[in-house]
Amino acid sequence: MIEGLIIGILEQGLIYGIMAMGVYITYTILDFPDLSVDGTFPLGIAVCFVMIRNGLNPYLALIAAFAAGCIAGMFTGIFNVKLKIRNLLCGILTMTALYSVNYGIVGKASDFLSMDSVTIFSQTAFLFGNGHFAMYSKLIVILVIALVAKFALDWYMRTKSGFLLRSAGDNEGLVITLAKNPGTVKIIGLAIANGLVSLAGAVYCQYGKAFNVGSGTGTVVMGLAAVIIGTTVFKKIKFLRITTGVLLGMIVYKACISVALALGLPSQNTNLMITVLFILTLMFNEFVLKKKVGVNKNA
Amino acid sequence: MLEISNIYKTFNKGTIDEKILFSDFNLKIENGEFVGVIGSNGSGKTTMLNIISGDMPIDGGSVTLDGKCLDGMKNFKRAAKIGRVFQNPSMGTCPSMTIWENMSIADNKAKSFGLSFGLNRQRKDFYRSQLELLGMGLENRLQTLAGSLSGGQRQALALIMATMTRPDLLLLDEHTAALDPKSSDTVMMLTEKIVHEKKITTLMVTHNLRYAVEYGTRAVMMHDGGIIMDVTGEEKKNKSINDYLKVFNEISIECGN
Repeated sequence: MIEGLIIGILEQGLIYGIMAMGVYITYTILDFPDLSVDGTFPLGIAVCFVMIRNGLNPYLALIAAFAAGCIAGMFTGIFNVKLKIRNLLCGILTMTALYSVNYGIVGKASDFLSMDSVTIFSQTAFLFGNGHFAMYSKLIVILVIALVAKFALDWYMRTKSGFLLRSAGDNEGLVITLAKNPGTVKIIGLAIANGLVSLAGAVYCQYGKAFNVGSGTGTVVMGLAAVIIGTTVFKKIKFLRITTGVLLGMIVYKACISVALALGLPSQNTNLMITVLFILTLMFNEFVLKKKVGVNKNA
Repeated sequence: MLEISNIYKTFNKGTIDEKILFSDFNLKIENGEFVGVIGSNGSGKTTMLNIISGDMPIDGGSVTLDGKCLDGMKNFKRAAKIGRVFQNPSMGTCPSMTIWENMSIADNKAKSFGLSFGLNRQRKDFYRSQLELLGMGLENRLQTLAGSLSGGQRQALALIMATMTRPDLLLLDEHTAALDPKSSDTVMMLTEKIVHEKKITTLMVTHNLRYAVEYGTRAVMMHDGGIIMDVTGEEKKNKSINDYLKVFNEISIECGN
């Protein structure tokens, strides 16, 4: 029972952790509060859902979902950079538009995949046999995908293009002096971020085999909570990369929710608990960590 | 050669706050010149730099650099040939990146930022030698975040970064104004050294009269969108700070400040 609970926490934590890495790009690196995430997560689910339903390769479905997320992120970026719409509003616009798009892709507000659908999990299940170990089959597949995403992102951040992305969030003026268009850099960053969010949605789709047009609500808050846990709490541990911290942050977050539910918190109160948890993390960041080190604001 | 010709610029056009700054403003800078620009507040010094860099649109006129017309070119496109150091030390570097990373991106200026490795390892020794020139010990701190450096150190780093890929024109926008007197002297000396060694055409706006007098090959004083003093070569060498102060006081009294 406990083992099952922990596996569930890890599975969900890692899936949503991929999403949180996307939020990390926009929120921490680009300093762009991107709410499109609430639409691109279900976009990933929708794209993947339709492809799996049509019997297409489940890995192809992951890639397609990533690409769809990238395109949606580019729209958010173009709204902001080219049309000069405020960043918060850009995300809301994309999110709102995607609600209809997602509905259109699946054709229904909610639907289920048949239990014998071919997914990344059904394709790899045989590797784990029928014994006790089979319990871990999904977790291991998810772990591999999450790690691939993590290492790919780590690698990208060390490339020249990644350096430019980091400087765009830090100091837009510097990007200009490097003779590069900071707007383009921002659009690329938003594309990658939402691609990751959508990829997480696609994994979630194959994991849960269900689509619900409203399933994106609250995604961004969840992602932000994980990013803040990851970048504040786990920052203290030197050898951890921030991306690892973000993945761990999401696992901590999911664990808190699961424990609360297991202790009898009515499930309609989870959003309330999410908000409280979010505020507590921010307070922890503000009053405990900053007091201790006396972080200077200019740094 | 930088040529600014027939510039017209009016702020808040058509409103009660309308202010005509430039009306047929002209300035020509030969290659290799190091021009110090001084002037009263609101005389148009910084506006002139912003017009050259493409950060501010003009109502009329034209800017050419080495015979190439820059009109209608976006600021980041112009930046390929222009280096710039700002007044605010945090604007010339990336605070969340290390000194090494900062120098690597500066080294890659105007080239493609693709998917190859961002940190330039081959040039590490070159970066070290560049930082050594600063005499600040930064050559041993390549892994330090630029954000944790002092204002003077950051500005010195910004200066090295702005001149790493030799620009055809270097714009210095009161780049010592935010520093303490000792750091500003250090940064100013470095500026002279780098500009001289690399033979970079430089346009420096400063509030410090002494810098304009002591450094550079030409001094320009601006007032109310016009040039009221322009000395170069021997004439500049023979002028003392008092000669400048006399003119400067006249215009200041005229403005009532």
